[in-house]
Amino acid sequence: MSTANADHDHPAHLAHHFDTVEQQFDSAKLGMWVFLATEILMFGGLFCAYAVYRGNHPEVFLYAHHFLDTFWGAFNTVVLLVSSFTMAWGVRAAQLGQKNILVLMLLLTFLGGVGFMVVKAVEYYGKWEHATFAGPWNNAFFNEDGQFVHPDKLEDTVAYGAKKMDKKAHAVAHVDEELGLHDTDAERLVEKETQEEHAEQHEAAEAQDAAVAAAPGPPLPTDHSDFKPAHNGPGGLSDMFMEDGAAPEAFVAAAAASAAGHTFVTWEDLDNRQKGLVSQFFQIYFMMTGLHGLHVLIGMGLIGWILFRAAMGAFSPAYFTPVDLVGLYWHLVDLIWIFLFPLLYLIH
Amino acid sequence: MSVIPKPAVTDIFGKPVDEQKADNYLTHGRGILSWLLTLDHKRIGIMYMVLVLAAFFLGGVFAIVLRTELITPNETFFADATTNNDFYNQSFTLHGAVMVFMFIIPAIPAILGNFMLPLMLGAKDVAFPRLNLLSLYCYLAGSAFFLWVLGKGVLNILFPTLVGVWGGGGLDTGWTFYTPYSTDSTTAVTAATAGAFVLGFSSILTGVNFIASIHMLRPKGMGWFRMPLFLWALYATSIIQILATPVLAITLLLLIAERTLNVGIFDPALGGDPVLYQHFFWFYSHPAVYIMILPAMGVISEVISVFSRKHIFGYGFIAMSSLAIAILGFLVWGHHMFTSGQSALLSAVFSLITMTVAIPSAIKVFNWLTTMYRGSILLATPMLYAIGFIWLFTIGGLTGVFLGALSVDLHVHDTYFVVAHFHYVMVGSTLFAFLAGMHYWWPKMFGKTYSEKWAKIGFWLIFAGFNLTFFIQFVAGSQGMPRRYATYPDQFHIYHVISTLGSYVLTVGLFVALGVWIHSLIYGRQTPANPWGANALEWHTTSPPPHHNFNKTPPATDPYDYSHWTYDAELDGYVLNEDNEPEEAEAAHA
Repeated sequence: MSTANADHDHPAHLAHHFDTVEQQFDSAKLGMWVFLATEILMFGGLFCAYAVYRGNHPEVFLYAHHFLDTFWGAFNTVVLLVSSFTMAWGVRAAQLGQKNILVLMLLLTFLGGVGFMVVKAVEYYGKWEHATFAGPWNNAFFNEDGQFVHPDKLEDTVAYGAKKMDKKAHAVAHVDEELGLHDTDAERLVEKETQEEHAEQHEAAEAQDAAVAAAPGPPLPTDHSDFKPAHNGPGGLSDMFMEDGAAPEAFVAAAAASAAGHTFVTWEDLDNRQKGLVSQFFQIYFMMTGLHGLHVLIGMGLIGWILFRAAMGAFSPAYFTPVDLVGLYWHLVDLIWIFLFPLLYLIH
Repeated sequence: MSVIPKPAVTDIFGKPVDEQKADNYLTHGRGILSWLLTLDHKRIGIMYMVLVLAAFFLGGVFAIVLRTELITPNETFFADATTNNDFYNQSFTLHGAVMVFMFIIPAIPAILGNFMLPLMLGAKDVAFPRLNLLSLYCYLAGSAFFLWVLGKGVLNILFPTLVGVWGGGGLDTGWTFYTPYSTDSTTAVTAATAGAFVLGFSSILTGVNFIASIHMLRPKGMGWFRMPLFLWALYATSIIQILATPVLAITLLLLIAERTLNVGIFDPALGGDPVLYQHFFWFYSHPAVYIMILPAMGVISEVISVFSRKHIFGYGFIAMSSLAIAILGFLVWGHHMFTSGQSALLSAVFSLITMTVAIPSAIKVFNWLTTMYRGSILLATPMLYAIGFIWLFTIGGLTGVFLGALSVDLHVHDTYFVVAHFHYVMVGSTLFAFLAGMHYWWPKMFGKTYSEKWAKIGFWLIFAGFNLTFFIQFVAGSQGMPRRYATYPDQFHIYHVISTLGSYVLTVGLFVALGVWIHSLIYGRQTPANPWGANALEWHTTSPPPHHNFNKTPPATDPYDYSHWTYDAELDGYVLNEDNEPEEAEAAHA
């Protein structure tokens, strides 16, 4: 210990390299905010990956999201929101030195985490039961080289999805009737498809003109090719190399659904290639909720730790830094779920 | 002043410090645990130094393997073409991955930054010492993954039956892990990406620590614009570390998930988009290039000013250009993807922003040159490296403008022109700045002198060897020599022979530098507190610093005002002139 610090009063929780308690608190808080920024960037990358996949294959999401249970998703949202509230109350209690309230609030927050994870476990178990689990092992839709890997499970799982869809269709029809609405997924997509078709026709005509003007070259992206892909990036490559480039795939399903008079995009509305991609919805679902669930577990561990310390009387209005920091972290975990819920459960 | 018979530890006024009271961080605690569990930023910096230099050696071995393979146009190591190509692929992949993730990213921030940042702030430690130790162990854990990948690869070659037991070893994807190849490769991609993921945590934790330290621990009198420029550089670097690294983390996590769980974000067969991987990867890895170069620029700003005995020119411009580079660095990642099929408009925008990076870079170079102008330049080893840096960075930077130009890049993409360009920036600039910093701060870190003569010989060998190795590659690349091939047409033979011989010279030079350091540790004499006459706060304490850095906190003054220090020939160092420093005298009485 240096001589400068030895002679003045030194609170037990003040580390030797800080001059004042305020400086230590502000440093810790700044560090936490910076760390939360990294968390946001990390989940931001995941959301971005989600957006790109969904943008490329909307029909997969339109079909597969029906397997998720909106009720439990909404229930968990409420659980986390309440736990955020109790956490904020806990921080306030720590600031005011109300030890008993602090312990109670931390306990409630912890129980909120437990509740969330229990519901999540029930949901995951349902996915296992209906063969829509993460990975290739127990997912009826899982597809390799154009073949379903578990064809024996497929029928049951599709039937389960259809049942859930039916239930929802009735509920939606009821609400629509009450509100006088008629929009369905299918109708909206068909509308979009018509617009796309116009654009496609326009582009096709242009491409034809160009093709007539110049001698036809090989359909490869070389300097000498006159081939004009309709899309940029990998979409453009698929235009060149894939045989079924006739219509934008994404909307075939919607058109089929519309023609068949379905409210939602069903299994029958998907073509073979799209059916092969359905398992990806579940992979993405497990990736996103799994990473979030891991954060919830870490948060619960931290809350358990400060709960123990709070019960031992470690915190006071002069020192409540860990409570404040864990609170910040918990709010972020909550916030991420607020985005995950609509992105995965509430798809139109 | 009386003649000191045996060099003793002296304080900043040149007065010998009582042997009993002379506490230093190296001798403060004893035993291996006092190192492994230390929270002292200086010891953590030293441990980083040992580990990072070991990684540099490992990466260097692969570099020599590569260059030796290329000394003949045909297969050099193995007669069988497939074996030979596999071996070459794995060598350049591990060379790149080890050098980037384990050497050049942590080199300056984790070693010199860790050691110097609190000292420059006049503080006792970084804001979060325990986090600092955790970041060291993350580095160790991440490196262990790479050693596992390497060890598995070697054992698989020696005992081919092992492949059936534990799968493929080694790594052959290139350091960028591009999909879809990385999802199909049978080599140990999962372990390697997990390693890079863990190394990322080390980087993030260091960044969090530095940002909080710079915000909160600056002493009285050190406003933002009175910080040494090395701290500005570290601050800008930390911003990149905390904002870009998590994106790499999720990218690698998705890649691992793709290999283990068949999540198809990047796999076209599963409806994914392989170019998305490139976007994600370069969203991190282009800013990561500035994680490498910004701290290097910070070192150069310190060294140039001290060895020109002149106040740094254009302080504000240098400080702000660091931030400008950090921000612009986030907006140029697409210039790695001009040939990937991204839209032409996007490429044009990326091309334009890429060229604007040249502006803050040039601001720095001109300010360094102007600092040197009419200074009394001392060509000590750190200054030689710094001048070498300016030279090589200018070449590396300007060829970067060629590559940023869309139409040129389409022709030289994936040729040795690119290889030469980024080696000029990474090795020619960052490595030279690292060596400049190591030679500059060495007396402070260990309290020992080193042989100027041999250090200079090391510099000239490294400088000559480096240019011999890489300048010729610009020519080879512009003639069409593609990168990542073990064999090539005879017309490129002469370029590769020169390059390979150069790399041997470079290796000898690096070993000379290492020898100088080891010799210094064993035979070096005690150095005074301030051998170079610098005025940043790390020189305001004994060499090596005591456990708590300062016996009394020094007042923060202009770090580039050298007028208060006088040269003392007996000490071969500078002593603080007490009369010229009223603030200092005041603090001494307080």
